[in-house]
Amino acid sequence: MSTGALRKSTSPLRSLAASHPGVIIAASVLGAIALAVAFAPLIAPQDPFDLKSFDVLDAGMPPSWLEGSDKRFLLGTDAQGRDLWSAILYGTRISLMVGIFAVAIQAAIGVPLGLLAGYAGGRVDAVVTRAADVQLSLSTLMMAIIALALFRAALGGESLGRFAVPLLVVVIGIAEWPHFARTARAATQVEAAKDYVRAARALGAGTFGLMWRHILPNIASPLIVIAAMQMAGAIIAEAALSFLGLGMPVTKPSLGTLIRSGYDLMFAGAWWITVIPGLVLIGLLVSVNALGDALRDALDPRRRAG
Amino acid sequence: MRAFVAGLGFAARRLIQAALVMFAILLIAFAVRSALGDPLREIMGEAVPEAERAELRHKLGLDAPWPVQLARYLGGAVQGDFGTSTIYKRPTLEIILAKFPASFELVLGASLIVFVLSLPAGIYCAVRPRALGARLILGVSVLGISIPVFLTGIFLITIFAVWLGWLPAFGRGETIRLGPWETGLLTGDGLRHLILPALTLSSIMLPLFIRLVRSAMLDELGHDYVRTAEAKGASPLRVWLSHTLRNALLPLAAIGGLQMGTLIAYTLLTETVFQWPGMGFLFLEAVTRADIPLITTYLVFVGLLFVVTNTLVDTVSLLLDPRIGLEGMR
Repeated sequence: MSTGALRKSTSPLRSLAASHPGVIIAASVLGAIALAVAFAPLIAPQDPFDLKSFDVLDAGMPPSWLEGSDKRFLLGTDAQGRDLWSAILYGTRISLMVGIFAVAIQAAIGVPLGLLAGYAGGRVDAVVTRAADVQLSLSTLMMAIIALALFRAALGGESLGRFAVPLLVVVIGIAEWPHFARTARAATQVEAAKDYVRAARALGAGTFGLMWRHILPNIASPLIVIAAMQMAGAIIAEAALSFLGLGMPVTKPSLGTLIRSGYDLMFAGAWWITVIPGLVLIGLLVSVNALGDALRDALDPRRRAG
Repeated sequence: MRAFVAGLGFAARRLIQAALVMFAILLIAFAVRSALGDPLREIMGEAVPEAERAELRHKLGLDAPWPVQLARYLGGAVQGDFGTSTIYKRPTLEIILAKFPASFELVLGASLIVFVLSLPAGIYCAVRPRALGARLILGVSVLGISIPVFLTGIFLITIFAVWLGWLPAFGRGETIRLGPWETGLLTGDGLRHLILPALTLSSIMLPLFIRLVRSAMLDELGHDYVRTAEAKGASPLRVWLSHTLRNALLPLAAIGGLQMGTLIAYTLLTETVFQWPGMGFLFLEAVTRADIPLITTYLVFVGLLFVVTNTLVDTVSLLLDPRIGLEGMR
C-alpha cells in the first residue's frame, strides 16, 4: 500500500494514536522491554543459564551503588553468584515467552469454539457455554498448581525443570480459554446478524470460510483487548508457580524463581535479589495492564471519547 | 408454596450433583495414587528381594484387580481413611485436619479485613462516584490487581518486619489448644503474627469486593424503593445501609462463595511467603517430597471444600431469594 493511500483513509492505528496517547506510552514501554529481552544475549554481560559463566564466590554481591559492590555486577549477584542484571533480562524473556505462548494456546482453543458457538447457536452453543462456565468455576491458579504438583511428584524436580517451559505454557494455556470463547461468541452473535454476512452467504460462502474470512476480522478488536488482559494473567500465573517451586528451576530462573531464590537471603540483608526482580515484574504487569485498558478504551465504540 | 417445593427439589438435585462431583474427584485421586504411589517402596524401601515384595504385595491386597482396589479405596474414604503419609507415618486426613485451623484462621482474618474495608469503600465509591477519594480508591485497587499476592507479602515483610521491626514475619506465634482446634486468635503473639499474612491475603480480594459492592450499590440505588425511602425523609445513611445494602449483600455473598478455588490458591501462596503452617504449606511440602497419599488426600479435601461451598451458595441464594434461578434450576 502506498503512503498516499494511507493518508487518505484514516488508518485505524493512526486515529488510535491521535485520540489515545496512553496506548502509545504503554506500547512503547512494552516495546522497549521486548527489545531488551529479545537482544538479551547481546546486552547481558553473562549467560545466566550457563553454570560455568559465574562463580559461587561472587554470591550475594550488592548492586553497584551500594558499599562492598563489584563493578562487574550492575545490580549485584544472586544466591548462586549469577549477575542479577543478566538474570533479570533472561528471566523477563521467559516470563514474556510463557505469557505469549500461553495466550496463543488460549486463543487457539477459545476463538474457534467461540466463533462456532456464536455462529451455530443451539446445542453447540449450549455445550460450549456450559464447558466454559465449568472451566471458569475451577480456579485457574489452583488447577495449574495441582497439575504441576502432580507432574512434579511423577517426574521429580529435575525432569520438571527440563520440561518447565512447555508445561507452564500448556497448563496456563488450557486453563484460561473460556475468556476468549466468551468474547468471541458474544461478538460473533452480533456480527452474524449483519447484512454483509447474509450477503456473503447468499454469494455462496461456506460456513467455515464465512467464519474465518468475514466474521473473524470483524471481531478482532475485542479479541485483541482480551489478549492483552490474559497476557497479564498468564505472566502472574507463571511467576506464582515459579515462586512456589512448581515452575522454572533455579538453573533457568524466571522472574518468579529469582524472587523465590532471593527470598531465602532477604533476612541476611540481601534484599536486592528479591526486590529488584519483583519491581521489574510489577513494571511489566502494570504496562501490560495499561496497554489492555488503553486498547479497550480506544477500540470499544461505546467508550470512544466524544 | 409451589416455589418452596420447587426449591427443595432444586436443593435435592444440587446435592446429587455434588455427590457425583465428589465421586469424580475420588476417582481422580485413586488414579493418581495407583499411577504414582508405590506403597511397597514407602514401607520397605528399595533394597528388598522380589519374593519378599510379592509376598507383602499379596498380603496388602495390592495384587488385586483394580476394581477391587477402587472399592477398597472408596470404602476407606467413606470412613475417613485415606491412607498413611509417607513423611509423617500418620493417617493423612489426621495431618490435614490438624493444619486446617491455621488456614481457616488466616482466611477468617483476611475476610474480616475485606468485609470491614470493602463495604464503606464500595458504598462511598457508589454514592460519590466523582469524588477524588472514590477515584483514588478505584485507582489503587487497579494497582492492587496488578501486584501478585506473593510480592505484596514480601513487600509488607520488608517494610514492617525487616525495616521497622514492628511485626513478626514468619509462622503463627504462640497458640492455644482448644480440644482438636489449635488457635492463634486468643494470644497477643498469635494475633500479631496474623496481621501481615491476613493483610496480604485480603489485598487480592479487596479490589474485587470494592468493585462488587460499588456496582451492587449502583444497581440498587436506581430502584424506586430508594426514591420512596428518600421521599419519606429517611436519612441518606439509613437508606444506604438498611435499604440498599441489604439487597446488595446477597449477590455479594454468592460471588464470594464462588471464589473458593481462587481463595484456596491465594491462601497457598500467602502461606508459602509467611511460612504459615497451614494446609497449603503442608501440600507444597508433600509435593517436594513426593508424598503421594498426602497429596491425593489434600486434593480430595480441597475438592470437598469447593463442592460444599458451591452447593451451599447455590441453594441458600435460591431459598432466600425466590426471584432468581427459577429458570436456571434445571
